[in-house]
Amino acid sequence: MAEVQYRFRDDEPVADPGVTVGAFGEQSNASAVRLEPGDEARDLIPHLERIRLVEVNFPVFGDGRGYSSARILREAGYTGELRAVGEVLVDQIAFMRRCGFDAFAPDVPLDPADADNAFGRYGEVYQPTIDGLAPIWAKRHG
Amino acid sequence: MYRYDTYDQAMVDARVEEFRDQVRRRLEGHITEDQFKPLRLMNGLYLQLHAYMLRVAVPYGTLSSAQMRMLGDIADKYDRGYGHFTTRQNIQYNWIKLEDAPDILADLAKVEMHAIQTSGNCIRNTTSDQYAGAAADEVVDPRPYAELIRQWSTFHPEFSFLPRKFKMAVIASDTDRAAMKLHDIGIQIVRNEAGELGAAFYVGGGMGRTPMIAPCINPFVPLDQMITYSEAALRVYNRHGRRDNKYKARIKILVHELGKDEYTRQVEAEFQHLLGQNIEPPLAELERIKAQFADPPFEKIGTVPTFEIDRSDPDFALWVDNNCLAHKQSGYIAATISLKPIGGIPGDASGEQIRLMADLARDYSFDECRVTHAQNIVLPHVRKDQLYALWQQLDAAGLGTPNLDLVGDIIACPGLDYCSLANARSIPVAQKIGQRLAAKQQEIGELKLKISGCINACGHHHAGHIGILGVDKKGTENYQLLLGGCEGADTSLGQITGPGFDEDGIVDAVEKATQFYLAQRGEGERFLDTYRRVGMPAFKEAIYG
Amino acid sequence: MKILTGNDLKSGAVTWWDGVQWSLHVEDAVDVGDHADTILAREQAARRVNAAYAIEAVKDEGSVRPAHIKDRIRALGPTVRPDLTLKPADPEAGNWVI
Repeated sequence: MAEVQYRFRDDEPVADPGVTVGAFGEQSNASAVRLEPGDEARDLIPHLERIRLVEVNFPVFGDGRGYSSARILREAGYTGELRAVGEVLVDQIAFMRRCGFDAFAPDVPLDPADADNAFGRYGEVYQPTIDGLAPIWAKRHG
Repeated sequence: MYRYDTYDQAMVDARVEEFRDQVRRRLEGHITEDQFKPLRLMNGLYLQLHAYMLRVAVPYGTLSSAQMRMLGDIADKYDRGYGHFTTRQNIQYNWIKLEDAPDILADLAKVEMHAIQTSGNCIRNTTSDQYAGAAADEVVDPRPYAELIRQWSTFHPEFSFLPRKFKMAVIASDTDRAAMKLHDIGIQIVRNEAGELGAAFYVGGGMGRTPMIAPCINPFVPLDQMITYSEAALRVYNRHGRRDNKYKARIKILVHELGKDEYTRQVEAEFQHLLGQNIEPPLAELERIKAQFADPPFEKIGTVPTFEIDRSDPDFALWVDNNCLAHKQSGYIAATISLKPIGGIPGDASGEQIRLMADLARDYSFDECRVTHAQNIVLPHVRKDQLYALWQQLDAAGLGTPNLDLVGDIIACPGLDYCSLANARSIPVAQKIGQRLAAKQQEIGELKLKISGCINACGHHHAGHIGILGVDKKGTENYQLLLGGCEGADTSLGQITGPGFDEDGIVDAVEKATQFYLAQRGEGERFLDTYRRVGMPAFKEAIYG
Repeated sequence: MKILTGNDLKSGAVTWWDGVQWSLHVEDAVDVGDHADTILAREQAARRVNAAYAIEAVKDEGSVRPAHIKDRIRALGPTVRPDLTLKPADPEAGNWVI
């Protein structure tokens, strides 16, 4: 399991790795689950109360399904850790952050200076997401 | 025209610096080409046959004269003195150096332009009707809706790694001049019986190797839900579009495999969910954008005595008849500058020509011009009494070719002369056909001929009354002929006539098809009408017999 | 013969492996035999070339002629703009491509 390089939350991290969605359904005590790109994020919604960590895997950076999975979970009210794992590259992390990821465990650690630039580059956004940033249109119209 | 405010400007400025940093990391070896490629593609930078190619976005095809002038300056400063206008209403430069690319983006940002999302598996530049705001038949100017989509789709955090590229078009008249039904999402702004405006959504059209005409999945989405509905349509695609095979990854395949009804059901369910997420810009934002597309200060008839066209110069009269469209404002006309001189390269213009067109837009068309998907330039608002003076300047610069929508007005992709995906050259075929039929083109009348150098169909060959597809036949160039394609309200896909031809053979075949048409045509029939009436077998006999 | 081609990382210019470095001229290309993968890996890692690959070609009369038309167009330049090719003064240059 790759190291968590960035974590934007203060609670105690879950030590256990996430179980698969299939195993999660059978293990009523599991609190960490790992979503693969093809998994149905909405299957987790009935169980959000007991989930403390969702790892969303990006086996290749070009497979963007994990962005939708993340937003769907956040839109459903999930407040636990949402961790991007796999081929997580510096040029994707700002998008991931906007979709609700608050932890990053890239297979290959990111250059800290590049990552800081990436997280902070865009001060304004055109779209509202659950990250709470006011979109440009909201600022234009008070 | 839409002007950036400080927010819009900050976005493109930040992008320039981001790309400058990405280029630096690539040149210093911190990232591999595999990692860099999607980043440069999202800034429109390809590696083509001879060099890097930069595709610059022209949102809904609209340019101010200052923007057009900058495009000409970039051609001279960073390229080899010319640019190529594309079927996506954009412009491409063929000879770009990677190390110059950030500076070019910085120059573009000075005139509120960019190359954001002109490639890559993301939402591309939104296209529209080139006569928007001028056409007599539009319900409303479609560009404010396209601008709303531009902003929503720019750096969309969820939809930047879609299964495949995603193209949207917005129109607002029944005469579809943007091939709307051949887009991933086509939107037609319509008015319902109650007089309210709304958006009809057509999803899952496209050309490429599996051409499909988009079905209408919702005939009326209220304007204050249009972005939310788009988001739902995209989310279903992002989650369920095929990623196992890039040739089956476009949304048209998903819509086709699920069936229109099931896809629509999923979109509607996602839409109901997203309505609760408050992601829709307020109508006040749409009104803000609309105000910037207000009509220019047209002069009213009567204040100037000579608003009619003097047709005494026959060359000018011919150009007026071919290249001009009736305007919604009496006394004005929309004029098309053909970038298809006989024997020329379709869509190419020199830096000097681009700057001249910028000056003419400033002097004759309220500072505005348009790029058309047929690779021409439109001056949308020309006073009729100034048209002759305009034409004289165009004609002197080789820009007065009177062939809009005639057989010489050929759409051609760059083909194997420039493109690393191509199987055959497109431009030489266009040049030869243009020369062969030059003397006949007025007699033949409207005939839309479109050439692609490979199955990706950038030259829209499926939608040509005559389409030509270049293929690789055991290492030599070969050309298939298609007949009967059409974009617009009665969109149809061309059918292949039979065995392919070599370069000279395809020119002969096109000539035979036009000769057969001339022999067969009924009163008032265009080539397409005759083809639809007479049918493929008769044309096939004429071509191969 | 097997030759190597790619693009210069910075300028994007088409280049050919001449045994020592990357040349703009296809006639400088040398037969790399079985060493294509080794050379490509080394040169790309050093960022002396980008998007490089090996192709078949034949040597005739001092020239090197790539087997596929795409690479011949890469070697010359766009056939529709002879002025921008590597042989702007040679009206017959385009025929070499076909």
